[in-house]
Amino acid sequence: MEQWAFVALLLPVALMIAALPMAIQRLIAPRKPNAMKLSTYECGIETVGDTWVQFKVQYYIFALIFVIFDIEAVFLFPWAVAYGKLALYMVLEGVMFILILAAGLVYLWRKGALEWI
Amino acid sequence: MDFNFQDPFTSIGELLRGLLLGWGLAPGLVSLILMLLGALVLAGFAMTLAGVFLTWLDRKLAARIQDRLGPNRVGPFGIFQPIADAIKLITKEDIIPEGAERAIFKLAPMLAVMSAVGIWAVVPFAPRLIGTDLNVGVLYIVAVGAIGTLSIMMGGMASNNKYAMLGAFRTVAQMVAYEIPMVIALLVPTMLAGTMGVGGIVEAQRGGWFIVLAPVATLLFFVSAMAEAGRAPFDLLEAESEIVAGYNVEYSGMKFGMFYVAEFLHGVTIAALTATLFLGGWLGPGAQQFPLLGLVYFAIKTAFVYLVISLIRFSMPRIRIDHLLAFNWKLLTPLALAAVIVTAIADKLAPALGWNRAVVHLTANILLAWATFEALRAYARGIRQRVEVQPAAVETGGAD
Repeated sequence: MEQWAFVALLLPVALMIAALPMAIQRLIAPRKPNAMKLSTYECGIETVGDTWVQFKVQYYIFALIFVIFDIEAVFLFPWAVAYGKLALYMVLEGVMFILILAAGLVYLWRKGALEWI
Repeated sequence: MDFNFQDPFTSIGELLRGLLLGWGLAPGLVSLILMLLGALVLAGFAMTLAGVFLTWLDRKLAARIQDRLGPNRVGPFGIFQPIADAIKLITKEDIIPEGAERAIFKLAPMLAVMSAVGIWAVVPFAPRLIGTDLNVGVLYIVAVGAIGTLSIMMGGMASNNKYAMLGAFRTVAQMVAYEIPMVIALLVPTMLAGTMGVGGIVEAQRGGWFIVLAPVATLLFFVSAMAEAGRAPFDLLEAESEIVAGYNVEYSGMKFGMFYVAEFLHGVTIAALTATLFLGGWLGPGAQQFPLLGLVYFAIKTAFVYLVISLIRFSMPRIRIDHLLAFNWKLLTPLALAAVIVTAIADKLAPALGWNRAVVHLTANILLAWATFEALRAYARGIRQRVEVQPAAVETGGAD
């Protein structure tokens, strides 16, 4: 708990230090908004339609793949910390776990989920 | 209490603690005040480093490499240029476009800075000079680093601008993807040191830096962390020639400045992390007795890695997005998995066979690198054959 107190202090301090120049700017910078100035910037052309357009499904698939592998990595960290105390067969079990996930990657690869069309 | 010049940081801390205790404050409160002071110094130092010194250095370096002069008007060698820039940014009108999510729009640059500064909490600068030696330090680095990705996504999506939106999409594809090899490569130092604490990882490198034991993992971490920080050649999320400025196109004034500072700070943060996790951090001759010397070693190693990053940044063209993703998912991720397996088996085999640990690791890594290069060569040969066959087909087709 003692260890985390510094983090609990540092993160708000960092947030404040970033907020400070923005607050000063709010005080000293001019503020004369008009409709033209506030319109969305699109290289001088007026915006057509909604910003929330449909996007390529690939982004979604990559995000899904990411979730699988990120969780895998989190599962592996305890194994890595305990590595020094493990016998060879326990290490090989961890390797087996990695290989199963590698098989998942190969499956995704063969399915074409890793292609950017 | 006499001042100990061999270890000034601990001495200053003790001096302050004695002073505050002398005022009759409770010991718990004194610890809290000292921690707050440490946090302020650390955050202030990081911001000054990134905001003032690094922006100047980076522009000067870029100019030299591209055969220009760089900033040279404000002060000697233009060193006051960042201050002039800050004054300009702070007096600029702050525009929030209509239709933007105002709260998220304002929060995003602050979170970006917070993530970059937050990582420094677990970086050991010198023996006994570390913000806090968390026992889950490596996971903390990954977690706080992910807030930076989140802030870029927030900034892009809250701007109500299609270019910014595209930048946010690319963030999802790129930064999220490159987190995988980075996290998996981080397993290797964790495994070799037997701890997730960053201080412990540095101590474990006393026998030999991890770049010697795991060169492949070092390279993997370096490359994927560079992509994670969004530095060129991996700066697709703010590619100015394609999507104007990506996620920060609608940002102006100090909000833009904060994104800029966060990006620079993230760059030096990954340099510091590479130096700490793989290049031995503050370790060096005499560092144990003189922590100040350890700080110097750490600074030299960080500066060296940062220079390499800058050199790559200024000499490489931007990678196309399909190449970028293929590079990550088809090369870096399988290689990272293989590096973990190789390290795991080599470290258990070395004592069983009675061979030298470093030699076994190095041999295993060289074999892995050789296998990778062979696979890449086979792949390139396949592509070349396809390319060489196709034009001939086109030629015969055009004859009739």
